[in-house]
Amino acid sequence: MWMRRNLFPTWWDSLLTVIFGVVAVWGAVTLVQFLVTSDYTIIRVNLANFIVGRFPRDELWRPAVALVVTLAAIGFVAGVASAAARAVALDEGSSFRSASFVENLRRQWPLLVTIFVVLMLTETWGPRLTVLVAVAAAFLAFIGGKRAPAAVRRWAWLLALVMLGVAYAILVVAGGVGWGGWGGIQLNIFLTVAGILLAFPLGLVLALGRRSSLPAVRLVSVSYIELIRGVPLITLLLMGIFAIGFFLPAGIRPGPVARVLIAITLFEAAYIAEVVRGGLQSVHHGQVEASQALGMAPWKTTRLIVLPQALRATIPAMVGQFISLFKDTTLVSLVGLFDVLTISGVANAQPAFLAQGLETVTLPFVGLLFWVGSYAMSREARRLEKRLGVGER
Amino acid sequence: MDVTPSTVGATRPPLWRDLRVLRVVIQIVALAAVGIVLYVLWFNLTNNLRSQGIRTDFGFLDQPIGVNIAGSNIGSGATVRRALGVGIRNTAALAVVGLPLLTVLGVVVGIARLSTNWIVSKLAAVYVEVFRNLPPLLIIVFGFRAVVLRLPPPRDPATPFDLFIVSNLSITVPGFTAVEGFATFWLTVALAAVAAGGVWWWRTRVFDRTGKPHHRILWSVGLVVAVAAVAYAILGRPIRLSIPQLNGRAISGGFTGFGSFFAVMGALVLYQASHVAEIVRGSIQAIPRGQNEAASALALSPFQRMRHVVLPQATRIAIPPTINQYLNYVKNTSLAIAVGFADYVNIAFQAIGNGQPAPQLILIVMGGYLFFSLLISLVVNILNRRLQLVTR
Repeated sequence: MWMRRNLFPTWWDSLLTVIFGVVAVWGAVTLVQFLVTSDYTIIRVNLANFIVGRFPRDELWRPAVALVVTLAAIGFVAGVASAAARAVALDEGSSFRSASFVENLRRQWPLLVTIFVVLMLTETWGPRLTVLVAVAAAFLAFIGGKRAPAAVRRWAWLLALVMLGVAYAILVVAGGVGWGGWGGIQLNIFLTVAGILLAFPLGLVLALGRRSSLPAVRLVSVSYIELIRGVPLITLLLMGIFAIGFFLPAGIRPGPVARVLIAITLFEAAYIAEVVRGGLQSVHHGQVEASQALGMAPWKTTRLIVLPQALRATIPAMVGQFISLFKDTTLVSLVGLFDVLTISGVANAQPAFLAQGLETVTLPFVGLLFWVGSYAMSREARRLEKRLGVGER
Repeated sequence: MDVTPSTVGATRPPLWRDLRVLRVVIQIVALAAVGIVLYVLWFNLTNNLRSQGIRTDFGFLDQPIGVNIAGSNIGSGATVRRALGVGIRNTAALAVVGLPLLTVLGVVVGIARLSTNWIVSKLAAVYVEVFRNLPPLLIIVFGFRAVVLRLPPPRDPATPFDLFIVSNLSITVPGFTAVEGFATFWLTVALAAVAAGGVWWWRTRVFDRTGKPHHRILWSVGLVVAVAAVAYAILGRPIRLSIPQLNGRAISGGFTGFGSFFAVMGALVLYQASHVAEIVRGSIQAIPRGQNEAASALALSPFQRMRHVVLPQATRIAIPPTINQYLNYVKNTSLAIAVGFADYVNIAFQAIGNGQPAPQLILIVMGGYLFFSLLISLVVNILNRRLQLVTR
């Protein structure tokens, strides 16, 4: 019955079903054939390069511990968010049910499969143990975040930032390696997180400036935003690599990663400003008028009434911006940084793997890492959107 | 209670709390801050350039570029200005070929995702989810290294269907060539198009006056097609299909492009079309179901419902974000540098590598993209104003 209704209702549909059925089967067979017959030695040998680049091999415990701390921070924030959503739902008198284990599995199975695949490609116990500990830490932090008293929940974002700072410190201090020596997917993730965090304050100011009633402030904000949004990221990266030195006083010469980070921050601020502007526009004007009627100062109105509602509404779009920056960080490979895309080229140029057409193995592997990251985040964003009821009021 | 009358004679707030004064002061402070930042940057720039002996003017544009640009016929003797012009032309070629392709692919996939046929909608969903979540640069590099470079070498190219000539250096596809009478033909067709506009207006008038079906699309397109067909026959086939021929190693006829061109174009079309497909799907789904139901109640057929009720409204929603995707496509063509295609950015990059001043060249490149983006935004804004529903 199901087949009759969904595959063969009319002769036209039957034709489409047959044609695309053949295409689908052919695609699936080719994919499986490729997966089974490929030789993954190149990834097995270079796995550490793909993940942390040239990070000294004696110091690998640092990225491992940093990963545990970072995942704990994410788990904590997720727990707090879940508790907050529950509080809001109960306030409104609607029912609230956390997702069951099976539901989470159905939503995030690609992530789990990828972690499994990466672990299959390693022979040592270090990475396996790290992942196990990191998952356990994330889970405990999630429970902790969920049970945290309201006073702690209020400052959860600060706590998460501190934890990220601790992760950074573990990588860098006392014999560690500064960001100039980072590489692999670690560099991509670092550039994404640091880029968003650094660009957010600037973007917030630009968005408020664009909505300001002062013409001069508005002009400056609009010019900056449109200027940056009108040019491709690669030109800003070239500017960062070749020309940023010219704009700084003599003697200050930042390293390549710092230059790229400056370019990414300036670029991302304009996009975040547009995201925040969308949030600001979603706040009903009656809210502002009501607070004015209560005699609130303009600054207080913005800080206590407009921004909390606006920023809540921007969360899904902000995740989208995060994903798009994550994908864009591959561009740093064009200006000579050792990100994961550069590493895949380096691996293909190793004498043992040279000119064997192994790009068909390394590039899909890199693609898998990006795809899973983006897909997982966009799934969570969609769920968050439903939970927060964004766009429903 | 103490009520302050808001008439003359009321005490004005002190200067530092007077909103009118504050507004002016804040703006002056903001402008001054921006001015100081710009001045410091400019001061550092000129100082640094002078101390390193780098020129600050744009006179280098007329000097030879001094490097052979790979993937083009620019020798080291060509001026920087001419090389940049070729770069703009190559970027434009990527846009002109890619934009129609990605539109068609995106619209087809977007509609396919809403198909009631299970396998069609699932395949479309898989395509969209796969390409939307991959970095475009990675797709380009894969398309070049894992697809184009694995094609047969130029001395022994493949010729599928005898219509294409494919090697890892260049790909030739069938094209059109203009022969004698070409200009006359286009002139005739252009005149027919103007006349078709008149016919369109006339049919609309008839419809407004009598209420009879106007069939203006049938009338005006039919006129153009009929005139074109007659002119084509009379002028002795002024445009001919040109199928590439292989004579030894020389290729004649057809449209030849570098393998890197096709890698960049194909990868970006696949990537951007997945975004357009999402826009198309979202726009169709955004039409309230009541619209469809009301159309059914008026006894419109499924085709009429789509053609007269859903699509006109969905198009209005879809156009601004789709044009945004077009802009993204054009900006993303700058990634051609990864596979050595001589686009605008790549040529500037090679000129910088050969010792031409970086700040000016990067400014020129940014200015080019900026000009184009602002032009498109202007068009979008005008379009938006015209498309917006007049609501009370």
